[in-house]
Amino acid sequence: MSNDTFKVGTYEFTSRLIVGSGKYKDFETTKLATEASEAEMITVAVRRVNITEAGKENLLDYIDPKKYTILPNTAGCFNAEDAIRTLRLAREAGGWDLVKLEVLGDTQTLYPNVVETIKAAEVLVKEGFQVMVYTNDDPIVATKLEDVGCVAVMPLGNPIGSGRGLANPFNIRVIKERANVPIVVDAGIGTASDAAKALELGADAALINTAIAEAKDECLMAEAMRDAVRSGRKAFLAGRMPKRSFASASSPTEGYIWD
Amino acid sequence: MEILLNGEKMDVSAKTISDLIIELGLETRMLAVERNLEVISKSAYDSTALKENDRIEIVHMIGGG
Repeated sequence: MSNDTFKVGTYEFTSRLIVGSGKYKDFETTKLATEASEAEMITVAVRRVNITEAGKENLLDYIDPKKYTILPNTAGCFNAEDAIRTLRLAREAGGWDLVKLEVLGDTQTLYPNVVETIKAAEVLVKEGFQVMVYTNDDPIVATKLEDVGCVAVMPLGNPIGSGRGLANPFNIRVIKERANVPIVVDAGIGTASDAAKALELGADAALINTAIAEAKDECLMAEAMRDAVRSGRKAFLAGRMPKRSFASASSPTEGYIWD
Repeated sequence: MEILLNGEKMDVSAKTISDLIIELGLETRMLAVERNLEVISKSAYDSTALKENDRIEIVHMIGGG
């Protein structure tokens, strides 16, 4: 287990939990929960500076880019062009080349717009970005994104922020079985068992934000997710027992005192 | 001169990107600047002149998932 690292592109991590930095009540909680999660990679969003609030505290005053791998995202982008612009700016801001591409379809479902996602991925890969890509739980699309050159494919478990767990565990497994790049379950994880399940199915990692940030005790949930991801990974590596239709006695069926 | 800064019209006296950042009181750490859809690298802030009606975007990182 000790050398069971999570490799993405040219990066290598010990933790298989990626956390988000959105929706927290304040920066201090973001920092404490992120520390509790023991994640090494954290997503951030790129937004306009509020000119009237120059000099105000920034997320990166609390999340040290020297300590964490910062994963800029394209949340809120609904077309390839905006996503590409956003990540070019992120790379200039912090020098980050490992990025999370997400191009959304509409505001109600936040489901990915796969056509625009593929378009953006093609350009970003050519420009030297290492693209971790948010997508549907569709095995054909996952293969396409891998072919385009993405370094990780991140199928959703359920809509972003819904906390409903894995809608289609079978597809997550199929995507993993066909993939030659890491598979990260991104979106939909609501509690620890969902995260464990994702890793048990073979996902290489899980990306979790709302489930931690909206927990009553954010740090405790961050720990729960940390442990769940580790347990799920161990169970996957251990290889689960087969499912049977009928019982199979755990105690020997001979040597009874009445025989 | 008038520019479009982060989507809003603004009168500035800055002549370059460097001047603009100072005028706005921003720290350049972890910022990125786009001028007319083109990313400006930090090393070019001094040499990039602002022109009337330039569309400037200045972004930073915030919490997100």
